[in-house]
Amino acid sequence: MTAISPTEQAATRATSIVAAEAQARARLRKRHALVIGLRLAILVVFLGLWELCADYNIIDPFFFSSPSGIWEQIWSWVTEGTSQGPLWLQIYVTLEETFLGFAIGAVGGIVAGIILGRNKLLADVFSIYIKIANSVPRVVLGSVFIIALGLGMASKVALAVVMVFFVVFANAFQGVREADRAMIANAQILGASPMQITRSVIIPSAMSWILASLHVSFGFALVGAVVGEFLGAKQGMGLLISTAQGAFNANGVFAAMIILAVMALVVEFLITRFENYVVKWRPAPFNEQGT
Amino acid sequence: MQSQTMAAEKLSPAAPPADAAIAIDDVTLRFVTPDGHMMTAIRDFTMTVARGEFACVVGPTGCGKSTTLNLVTGLLRPTTGGVRVMGNPVTDISRDIGFVFQADALFPWRSVIDNVAAGPLFRGTPKAQAYEKARDWIGRVGLSRFEKHYPHQLSGGMRKRVALAQTFINQPKILLMDEPFSALDMQTRTAMQDELLGLWSGLKSSVVFVTHDLEEAVALADKVYVLTAGPGTVKSVYRIDLPRPRVMADIRYDPKFIEIAKVIWNDLREEVQLGQSRGLQTGH
Repeated sequence: MTAISPTEQAATRATSIVAAEAQARARLRKRHALVIGLRLAILVVFLGLWELCADYNIIDPFFFSSPSGIWEQIWSWVTEGTSQGPLWLQIYVTLEETFLGFAIGAVGGIVAGIILGRNKLLADVFSIYIKIANSVPRVVLGSVFIIALGLGMASKVALAVVMVFFVVFANAFQGVREADRAMIANAQILGASPMQITRSVIIPSAMSWILASLHVSFGFALVGAVVGEFLGAKQGMGLLISTAQGAFNANGVFAAMIILAVMALVVEFLITRFENYVVKWRPAPFNEQGT
Repeated sequence: MQSQTMAAEKLSPAAPPADAAIAIDDVTLRFVTPDGHMMTAIRDFTMTVARGEFACVVGPTGCGKSTTLNLVTGLLRPTTGGVRVMGNPVTDISRDIGFVFQADALFPWRSVIDNVAAGPLFRGTPKAQAYEKARDWIGRVGLSRFEKHYPHQLSGGMRKRVALAQTFINQPKILLMDEPFSALDMQTRTAMQDELLGLWSGLKSSVVFVTHDLEEAVALADKVYVLTAGPGTVKSVYRIDLPRPRVMADIRYDPKFIEIAKVIWNDLREEVQLGQSRGLQTGH
C-alpha cells in the first residue's frame, strides 16, 4: 500500500472535476443539437407531406395551397410587387399602424393602470365602466372607426389602440395593486414622497406584470391593424389578404399570413430582449438555472 | 429575592417625562374591521424611551406589539391618548425615524448600493454624496464586495445587513425594529444582534425593538416591556442592568442573564398561555 500525498490527491481530484465538467458540457450540447434537429425534422416532414398531398391531389391545392405555391407567390410579390404596389410598402404600412396603435395603447394603459391602481376612489368609480367597455367586442369597433375616421391610417391605429389598451391596463392595475406593502412603507419611512414612491417602488414592481402584457398585446395590435385593413383600406397586409380572398387566391392568403407571422415573431423577439434588459435584477427562472 | 432587584429591577409605571425620545401616553387604539366590528388593538398603553435607550417589547402573538411601532411612525393614529417623538406630537412620518421590518423590504430591482443610497436620495442628497455615504455604510456592515449584487443573490443574513445599512445611513434618532431577525437561523441571528449593537453604540439612537423572543429582548435591551395578551397593555417593565458592551454569543450563559430571563418569563408565561388558548378558540 502506498500513501498518496495530499498534493497528488488534490491534483487527481482537480483533473477528475475538469473531466466531469467537460462531460456535462458535451451532454448539454448534444441535447441542444437533438432538440434543434427534431424541430427541423418536424418542419421538413410537415412541409413535405403538404407538398406531396397537394401534388397527388389528396388535398386540393386550389383551396389549401401548397408550400411551393406559397413560395412562388411570395417570390413574385418580392420581385414584381403586389397589385397594390411593392410588398415592402404593404409591410411598412401595417407595421406603422401596429406600432402606433401599440405605443399609444400601451402608454395609455400603463398610465391609466397606475393612476387607478394608486387611487382607491377613482378605481372604485371607474372599474364598472372599464368592465363595460372591455366587454364590447372590440373588432366590431373597427366598423365604427372606419365610418368615423375614414379609410386611412387613423382608423386602423384606433382599432389597434383599443385592442391593446385594456390588456395593458388590466395588468398595470393588477401590478400596482400587488406592490408589496412593506416595501412601500419602507420607502415612505426612508423619506420618499408619494411621487418618488410611484417612480421607484410602484412602477418597478408592476413592471413584470406590464411586460407580460406587452407580449400578448403586440399580437393584439397586429390583429387590430390587419382587421382594420380588412374592413376597408387603401394599403396594407390586411388589404392584400382580402384581395387574395376575393380572387380565390389561396396562395396569396397563406403567403400574407406567413409574412405576418414572421413580422410578429421578429417583434416578439425584440420585446423579449427588451424585457431581459429591463428586469435583469430578477433571479433566473428555475428551468433556466441549469443551462 | 434580593438578587432579582439587583439585575432586573421592576419599574413602576409613570407618566412619561417631557424630554423623552418617545412618549406614548395612555393610548388606546380601536379600529373598525371590514365586517363592521370594533376591535381594540391596545388599551391604556404607556411607554417611555429615554434618549439613547434601548427598549424591547415582548408579548404573546397578536397582542399589538407591532401596533406600538406604527403609532410612533404616525402610520396609525391613537383613538385616545397622545404620542410624542422628541417632545413633539406625531403628525407625519418624522425624518428622525428609521424602521427595520420583519419581512424583506429591500427593493429587489436595486443593487445593494442603490438600496442603501435610497434614503439619502429620497431626501434630496446629491447623487455623488449619497453614493459615497452608501459605500461607507456598506463597508461598516462588511458587504463592500457585494455592492453591485442584487438582493436575490445574497443570503438572508446579508440581506438583513443591507437593511440595517439602509436604515442607519439616515442616522435616525429613533430606531424602530419589528422582529427584524425572527426569520434568521440561530447563528446568523446572534451575529446580527452583535452587528446591531455595534452600529447602535456608534449612533446612540433611541430604540424600540419588538420581538417574541424573550432571551433576545433581555440580551439587547436596557428596558423590557412585557405586554398582556390582546388587547395589549403594559403588564410590567423591567430595567436590565447587564454591563455593555455585550457579546451575544456569551451573554446567554451569564448567570445574571439567566436569572433575569427567568424572572421575566414567569411574568410573560401566563400571558402566552392566555394568548394561545384564545388563539385556539378563535382559530388564529
